[in-house]
Amino acid sequence: METLLGAEGRQWLIQASYLLTAFLFIMGLKRMSSPVTARSGIVWAGAGMLVATLFTFLFPGLGNYEWLLPAIIAGTALAWWSGRRVAMTDMPQMIALYNGFGGGAAAAIAAVELYRGEQMSLTMSILAVVGALIGAISFSGSLIAFGKLQGLIKRSFRFRGQNIVNLLIIAATVLVGAFIATGYHADPFHVTMHVTLFFVLALLFGLMMTLPIGGADMPVVISMYNAFTGLAVAFEGFVMQNAAMIIAGTVVGSAGTLLTQLMARAMNRSLGNVLFSGFGDTGGAAAGGTVTGSMKPIEAADVGVMMAFAQKVIVVPGYGMAVAQAQHKVWELCQLLIDRGVMVRFAIHPVAGRMPGHMNVLLAEAGVPYDLIADLDEINAEFETADVALIIGANDVVNPVARTDKSSPIYGMPILNADKAKNVIVIKRGQGAGFSGIENALFYLDNTRMLYGDGQAAASQLIQAVKAI
Amino acid sequence: MTGIVALYIFMLAAFTGYEVIAKVPVILHTPLMSGSNFVHGIVLVGAMVALGNAHTTLEKVIGSIGVFMAAGNAAGGYVVTERMLEMFKASGTRKKPGGH
Repeated sequence: METLLGAEGRQWLIQASYLLTAFLFIMGLKRMSSPVTARSGIVWAGAGMLVATLFTFLFPGLGNYEWLLPAIIAGTALAWWSGRRVAMTDMPQMIALYNGFGGGAAAAIAAVELYRGEQMSLTMSILAVVGALIGAISFSGSLIAFGKLQGLIKRSFRFRGQNIVNLLIIAATVLVGAFIATGYHADPFHVTMHVTLFFVLALLFGLMMTLPIGGADMPVVISMYNAFTGLAVAFEGFVMQNAAMIIAGTVVGSAGTLLTQLMARAMNRSLGNVLFSGFGDTGGAAAGGTVTGSMKPIEAADVGVMMAFAQKVIVVPGYGMAVAQAQHKVWELCQLLIDRGVMVRFAIHPVAGRMPGHMNVLLAEAGVPYDLIADLDEINAEFETADVALIIGANDVVNPVARTDKSSPIYGMPILNADKAKNVIVIKRGQGAGFSGIENALFYLDNTRMLYGDGQAAASQLIQAVKAI
Repeated sequence: MTGIVALYIFMLAAFTGYEVIAKVPVILHTPLMSGSNFVHGIVLVGAMVALGNAHTTLEKVIGSIGVFMAAGNAAGGYVVTERMLEMFKASGTRKKPGGH
C-alpha cells in the first residue's frame, strides 16, 4: 500500500473519510429518532462505520497486522453471532455488554499511550487519563449491569458507609491519575506501577458503584454508562487527534446524557437517587395501607363476549406478558377484535419493559403496528371512554394507590388510569402482590374482574372465546 | 488540529447530540440507546491505530484487547439495533399473525 499514495495523500483521504463518517453518524441518529425512518438510520450509521474502518487501514506506518486482523475478526464475529441469537427480552443486558466493550476499548487505547510513557503535553495527558478513568468505570460498571440483568449476580451488595468507601476509592484514583498526568519525569518502572494501580482502582470503582444498584434501576445506569463511553471515546480522540472519534464520542456523550435524564424522569426517579440511595431493588419492603374488598374472578368465555361487543378496548401489557411470551397471542386476539370493528389500542407505561421503550420493541416483535401503541400521556384521557381495559402482566403501573395513598412507596409515580375504564379485566397468574410487593387496589374495585392463569394460556382461551361467537 | 479548534468541534458536536435526541418519542428510547451505543464503536479506529503503532509486547496485548472489544462494540451494537428497528412497522405494512 506504500506505493499507492504518498503519506500526505493518504492522510487527506483518511480525514475526508472521517468527515463523511461523522455526517453519516449524525444523519443516522437523526433518522433513528422517528419510527418512520428509524430502520434506515442504523444502515446509514453502519455505512459510516464501514467507511471509517476501511480507510483507517491507509494510516501511514500502520503495522502489527498479525495482531490487528485476528482481533478485528474475532471481536466482530463473536459479537455478530451473539447479537443475532439474543432474545428480544434480553436486549438491555446485551446493550450493556457491548457498551462495556466500547468503554474498555477506550481505556485500552489510553493504557497503550500511558504505558509507553512518552512525553505528552499536560493537556493531552490529562485528557488521556480522564478518558481512561471514564472508560474503565464504564467497562467494569457495564459488566456488573450485564451480570445483574442476566441473573448472574443475584443480590445487591450493600454495607454501612458504602458511599464513603466509594468516595475514598475515587479520590485515590484521581490522585494516582493526577500523578501520572503530571509526573512523566518518572522512570519506566514507576510509570508501569502507577498506570497499573490507576487502572485497578478505576475498574474497582466502577464495580463498587454498580453493585449496590437494584435491577429495576439498571436501565438508567446502562444509559449513563453509554454516555460515559461516548465521552471516553471523545477524550481519547483528542489524544489521538482523531476527528471521527471526537465528533462521534461527543455526540453520544451529550445524547446519552439527555437520554439518561429522560429515562430517569420517565421512571419518576432522579439520577442521584438511582446512584446513591440503593432503592430500585426488587426486595423492597411492602408497605402502605391495607386494601379492602375482594377479588372477583371471571371466566374467559365471558371476557370474550365482553370484548367482542365492545367499542373500544385498551390493552395494558407489562413485563409479565413478555416473560410468558404471550405477546403473539395477545396480538392475534386483538386482530380478531379489530376485524370485528372494535377499536384496540395498547397503553404503554414508561417502565413497562426492562427499560423505557423496551415494551414497544417486544410488541413490535409480535407484529403490533406502532401507531396502535400509545404512551401514558396520550392514552390516559382515553380510559374513561374505553369499554374494557385488559391488564396483562402489569401491576404497579396501574395501581391507583400511587394517586391517593401518601404512605405507599409508589406514591407520586405516574400511572395508567386503567381504573377509569368501564370494565377492567386483569390476567394474572395467582393472587400474590406485584414486583414491588405492594397490594394493588385496582384488583379489588367493583368494575374489576380477575382472569386467573398463565398469560399465554389465558390469551389462547380468549381467542377461542371470541372465535366461538 | 489546534486546541481551540478541537474545543469548537467538541462544543458543536455536543449541541448536535442534544438536538438530535431532544424530540425522540419514548417508544424509541431503547433502540436509540442501542444506536448511540453502536456509534461510539468508532473507538475501533483509535484502537486500530494504537495497536498498529504498538512496540512492546505489553502494548500489543493491550492494543489487541482494545481492538477486539471495539470491534465487538461496533458489530454487536449494529446487529441488535438493526434487529430491533427492523420490527417497527406501521399498520399499512402489518404482517399476518404467526408470520415472522
